[in-house]
Amino acid sequence: MSELAQLMRQYDVLGGFWMTIKLTVVSALGSLILGVIVVIMRISPVKAFQLFGKGYVNVIRNTPLTVIVTFCALAFYNVLAWRLAGPDARSSVQLFWWGVVALSVYHSTFVAEGIRSGINTVPPGQAEAARSIGLTFGQTLSQVILPQAVRGSVTPLGNTLIALTKNTTVVSAIGVAEASYVMKNMIEFSPNFIYAIFILMALGFVILTLPVGMLVSWASTKLAVQR
Amino acid sequence: MAAFIPEDTGPLVHDIGETILELSHVEKHFGELHVLQDINLTVARGEVVVVLGPSGSGKSTLCRTINRLETIDSGTITIDGTELPSEGKALARLRAEVGMVFQSFNLFAHKTILENVMLGPVKVRKRPRAEAEKSARELLERVGVANQASKYPAQLSGGQQQRVAIARSLAMDPQIMLFDEPTSALDPEMVQEVLDVMVSLARGGMTMIVVTHEMGFARKAANRVVFMSDGMIVEKSDPETFFTNPTSDRAKDFLGKILH
Ligand SMILES: Nc1ncnc2c1ncn2[C@@H]1O[C@H](COP(=O)(O)OP(=O)(O)OP(=O)(O)O)[C@@H](O)[C@H]1O
Ligand SMILES: [Mg+2]
Repeated sequence: MSELAQLMRQYDVLGGFWMTIKLTVVSALGSLILGVIVVIMRISPVKAFQLFGKGYVNVIRNTPLTVIVTFCALAFYNVLAWRLAGPDARSSVQLFWWGVVALSVYHSTFVAEGIRSGINTVPPGQAEAARSIGLTFGQTLSQVILPQAVRGSVTPLGNTLIALTKNTTVVSAIGVAEASYVMKNMIEFSPNFIYAIFILMALGFVILTLPVGMLVSWASTKLAVQR
Repeated sequence: MAAFIPEDTGPLVHDIGETILELSHVEKHFGELHVLQDINLTVARGEVVVVLGPSGSGKSTLCRTINRLETIDSGTITIDGTELPSEGKALARLRAEVGMVFQSFNLFAHKTILENVMLGPVKVRKRPRAEAEKSARELLERVGVANQASKYPAQLSGGQQQRVAIARSLAMDPQIMLFDEPTSALDPEMVQEVLDVMVSLARGGMTMIVVTHEMGFARKAANRVVFMSDGMIVEKSDPETFFTNPTSDRAKDFLGKILH
C-alpha cells in the first residue's frame, strides 16, 4: 500500500484519470449526438439518408479505432493543420479535441446501432397508430417510438459507454496524457512497481465503469414498458 | 353525435351525403403478388361499408392504402376532394382526417389511457391541454371506459383497449373511420361491447369502412357490403341482397363457409 501512495505522489495519476473522465464525458456526448443523427437517417423515409447512414455505420464501425485516432491527428491536425481548439491553443489541447472527434465518430456507430436495436423492440403497430392519428415523422419518433425504444437501448448504450471509457486509452497514441499514458511513464521509470501500477490502473478503470453498469441495470428495470 | 346507448338497437337510420372517398383504378403489388386489382369504390358521407372476403383477399391492404400506411402502384385515392398526398406534412394532415382502428389495438404502451386519447388533439390539432383533456374524458365516458383513464393499456382487457382505440381515433374528429377486423383479436365475451360502440357510431352518422367477419354487424349497420376475392372487388350490394342472393360463385362459396 505504501508503494501505491508513493506512486501517487511521484506521478500525476489523478490528473491522468481526470483526463480519462474528460475524454469519456465529452466523447459520450459527441457520439450520442452523432449517433442519434445517424439512426434518424437510417430509419427516415428518404432512401439517400438510409444509404448514407448504413454506409457510415459499416465503414466506421469496421475501422480500428487506432487508425481513426492517428488519422485525425496526422491528416487533419499535422498535415491540414485544422486547429479545432482555436488558432492559439497549445498542441496538447488541439490533440485532446482531435481525440474527442475520433472517439465520437467511432462510438457514434455503436450508439446508432444500440438505439436501432431498441427501436426494433417497439412493435410496428405503434408507429402505424401514431401515423394514423396524423403525427409527423418527427412526432412519431419523439412521442411514440423513442420513449419506448429507450428501454431496449439502455443496455447496448451502457455497454458502449463502458467500452468508450476503456477505449479512451487509445488516444495515448497521439500523446494525450490520460490514465494509460501516465501508466506507461510509470512502468518506464519505476519498473519494479509493475504490480502496484497494474492494480492502480485496473482499480481506477473499475471505479469509473462499475457505476455505469449498475446504473444500466437499474434503468432497464425502471424503464420497462408493459405490453 | 348521439350518446352511446347499448339498448338502442332499432333499425339504422341516417342520411347519406355527397361523395367523401373515391378510389379509382387502384393497383398494388407485393412483389409478384397482385394484391389490389383495379379497385374502384365510391363512399358517401355517412355511409357504412362492410368489406368481406376470404383470408388473403386484400381487405387489410385496401384499408391501409386509404390512409397510406401502404403505398399504391397506380390509380388515385381522393378524400373529400383532395388526392392523397405522397409524403410529408400534407399526408400527416390528411391522415388526421381518417381514423384507423387496428385488429391489435396498438394503444401507445408507454402512455396512460387518457394520454393516448389526448396525444393527437394536443400534438396534431394543437388544442390546449385542458380542453383536450375534457373532450378526451367525454369520449372515454362515451365508450364506457372513463374509470380506466389513468391506467396503462396493458392493465385493460382487450375489449376495453379496443374501445379506447376507437376513442383515440374519434378524438381527432375524423371524417372517415377505418376498422380492420376490430373484434378478431378479442375473447368472444368482449366482441359485443366493441360492436355496440361501432353500431352507435354508425347510427351517429360516421362514415365507416369496416373489415369484419361479424355478419350481425354487417346486417345491422351496413349500408353496403363489398365482397373481395383475390385482390378484386367481386361484388358490391346492399347487405340484404348480398346475404340472401349473392350473384357471384365466389361470394356464394364464401357465405356457405361462414354461415354454415
Ligand atoms: N407487407 C407485405 N408484404 C408482402 N406481402 C404482403 C404484405 N402484406 C400482405 N401481404 C400479402 O398480401 C395478401 C393480402 O393480404 P391482406 O392482409 O390484405 O389480406 P386480408 O384480406 O386482410 O386477409 P385476412 O383476412 O387474413 O386479414 C396476402 O397474401 C398477404 O400475404
Ligand atoms: Mg386482414
